[in-house]
Amino acid sequence: MDKRVTFKGLWLPLLLVAPQAVVTAVFFFYPAGQAIWQSLFIPDPFGLSMQFVGLGNFEYLLGNSYYRASFVTTAIFSVSVTLLSMGIALYLAVLADRLIKGSGTYRTLLIWPYAVAPAVAGVLWMFMFNTRIGVVSWYLGQLGYDWNHVLNGGEAMGLVVVASAWGRISYNFLFFLAGLQAIPKSVIEAAAIDGARFWTRFRTIVWPLLSPTTFFLLVVNVVYAFFETFGVIHTITAGGPQQSTTILVYKVYADGFVGQDLGSSAAQSVILLLVVGLLTVIQFKYIERKVHY
Amino acid sequence: MATLSLRNLQKSYGRTAVIHGVSIDVADGEFIVIVGPSGCGKSTLLRMVAGLEAITAGDLFIGADRVNDREPMDRNIAMVFQNYALYPHMSVAENMGYALRIAGKPKAEIAARVAEAARMLQLEPYLARKPRELSGGQRQRVAMGRAIVRDPSVFLFDEPLSNLDAKLRVQMRLEIKGLQRKLGVTALYVTHDQVEAMTLADRMIVMNAGVAEQIGTPLEVYERPATVFAAQFIGSPAMNMLDGTGEGRQVRLANGVAVPVAVEAQGPVKLGLRPEHLTRDETGPLTMQLRMAEPLGANTLVHGTMEGVPGDVVASLPGVHREDDLPSVIRFSIPPEATHVFDAATERRI
Ligand SMILES: Nc1ncnc2c1ncn2[C@@H]1O[C@H](COP(=O)(O)OP(=O)(O)O)[C@@H](O)[C@H]1O
Ligand SMILES: [Mg+2]
Repeated sequence: MDKRVTFKGLWLPLLLVAPQAVVTAVFFFYPAGQAIWQSLFIPDPFGLSMQFVGLGNFEYLLGNSYYRASFVTTAIFSVSVTLLSMGIALYLAVLADRLIKGSGTYRTLLIWPYAVAPAVAGVLWMFMFNTRIGVVSWYLGQLGYDWNHVLNGGEAMGLVVVASAWGRISYNFLFFLAGLQAIPKSVIEAAAIDGARFWTRFRTIVWPLLSPTTFFLLVVNVVYAFFETFGVIHTITAGGPQQSTTILVYKVYADGFVGQDLGSSAAQSVILLLVVGLLTVIQFKYIERKVHY
Repeated sequence: MATLSLRNLQKSYGRTAVIHGVSIDVADGEFIVIVGPSGCGKSTLLRMVAGLEAITAGDLFIGADRVNDREPMDRNIAMVFQNYALYPHMSVAENMGYALRIAGKPKAEIAARVAEAARMLQLEPYLARKPRELSGGQRQRVAMGRAIVRDPSVFLFDEPLSNLDAKLRVQMRLEIKGLQRKLGVTALYVTHDQVEAMTLADRMIVMNAGVAEQIGTPLEVYERPATVFAAQFIGSPAMNMLDGTGEGRQVRLANGVAVPVAVEAQGPVKLGLRPEHLTRDETGPLTMQLRMAEPLGANTLVHGTMEGVPGDVVASLPGVHREDDLPSVIRFSIPPEATHVFDAATERRI
C-alpha cells in the first residue's frame, strides 16, 4: 500500500528536512570530513605545523601490534556484550510473554536501566566491584575470591562487558517482547496441538519468526558495543589494565586526546567510519530481504 | 476415530462463569455443530475440548479416557483455526508435515501422507509455496490438510469459513462435509452462522450465554425449538414471537384475536409463528398492515405490523409479489400444528 504524502512546491519539503540536514551536516559531515583530512597529516610535536604523509598513518596503524590487539579486544568485547545482553533480554522476554498480564510491570521495571547514562552505569558498577569498598568484591572476598579488576585484565574485561550489557537489556527486551507478541497466539497453539513442547515450539516456530527482530538487534547491539560503550569503559577501567579493555573507540580517544597523536587518532576514526558503514550496509541488505519469510 | 463425551463442562475466568455446564455424548463419526451468537462461549467450549483452556469443572472423555488433565498434544485432536494459524515461515508441505516431523516419523512416510492429503485437497501444485503466496481458500485447505495428515480422533473447527467470501464459503462448506464423511472422523464445529449449522450438522448445540439451549438434529431444532432463543436463532427470517395468553387450545393476542394452537396452554405465553408458515387466507384470524415487500425471487418477504400487537411481523409468501400489487391489509392463517407456544416466564416450549 502506498501511503506516501505528496507535497506541492519545493519550499515546504526543504523547510521540513532543513533541521535534520543542518544537524547531520554540523555533527556528522563536518567532523567526518575533518577526520579524513587530518588522517592524511602528522602534526609536529608542538602542534604548529602539519606534514602531509598520505596514507602513512594508516600504514603505521595496520603494522602496529597495539592497534591490532585493540581490534581483537573490540571483537571479544562486542561479541560478549551483544550475546550477553540479547541472551538475557530474550530469556526475560520469553518469561514475560508467557504471562501477558504481568508484562506491563516487567516492561516498566526493565526499561529503567536504559534510562541510565552509560557513564553513570559505569560508576554504579565500578562502586559495586570496587576493590576496596565494593559490595560485590567484598562478597567475593568472603567466598575466598580475590577480585581485582584494576590489575587483572580478564576481570576488567568481564566487568566492562557486564556493565555495558546491563544497560542494553531493557532495549533488547522491549524489541524481543514486541516481536514475541506479534506472533499470533493461534500459531503457537496450533504447534502445541501438533505435538511440539515448549522447547520444540521455540526452536521451530518462535525463533524463526523472531529472526527479523534478532537480526536487527544484532546489528544495533554491535554498533552499540563498538561506539557507545565509551562512557562505561572510561569510568570503570579507562582502557586498562595494560590496554586489556582498550576497544577501538577508546583508543581513538586515548591516542588523540591523551597521547596527542592527532593524525593517528584521525586515521583510526576513519577506519571506524568504514566499519560502521559496512555494518549499515549489511543491516539494510539483510533486513530488506533474507530474513523475511 | 472416537466417541466424545462432555459431562457438565464448566468454565470460569476468576469469578465470571462463561460456560455453565454443557453435556453431550457424541457418537463416533458424528458431525456436531456448536452454533450461537458472538460471545456466547462457543470458542471457549471448543478450546476446552482441545486442551487450550483449562476445564473448571466437569469431565471430558475422548473414547474411554478422561482427558481433562492431558496436554493438547496428548488428546489426539486436530484443530482448524479461524485465522488458519499456518506457520508462516514453512512451505505448504512443511506445514502439513510438521506434526509428523515433530513425532519423528520417517521422511518417506511424512512425504507419502502429505502427498495423500494434498491430493485429496487439490493442493498438489502449491506444496512448495509459503502461506502468504496462497489465496484465502487455499490457506483454508492447507489448514484442513494439516489436520487430516495427523489422522486424529476428533476434528475441531473454530469458525473456519468466516474469513472467506460468500461463494467460497458455500464451496468449502460442502468440501468439509464431504471430507468428514469420507474420513469418518468425529467433528466439533463452531459457527455463528445458522445456515452453516443447518447444512453441516448431524446434531447441533444451540448455545446462548454459556448455556446449551437445545441439542438436536437441525430438523428437530427447526420443527420443535426447545426455547424462545433457539426458535429465533434458527430459521431465516427469524420466527415471529408474539405475547399472548393461553386459553386451552388457543392463544389470545393483545388485540383480542385468538389463534388456534396444538397444545394446552394457560396464562402468559409467547406465540412463535415462522414467517414461511403464515399463509394468505381471506378468512384467516391474523391481519397485517403492509409496510414493505422484498421480492427475493423464489419467495417474497412482507414486513408489517398487527394492529394492537407491539413489534413487527414478517411473512414469507411463495412467488414474486410487487409491493403495489399487494393489498394494504393482508390476512393470514396458520395451521395449529405449525405454531410454537412458549411459557412467557421460563421461555421454554410448552
Ligand atoms: N481470557 C478470558 N478472560 C475473561 N473472559 C473471557 C476470556 N476469554 C473469553 N472470555 C469471555 O468468555 C465469553 C465467551 O467467549 P468466546 O468463547 O470467545 O465466545 P464466542 O466464540 O462464542 O464468540 C465472552 O463473553 C468473553 O468475553
Ligand atoms: Mg469465537
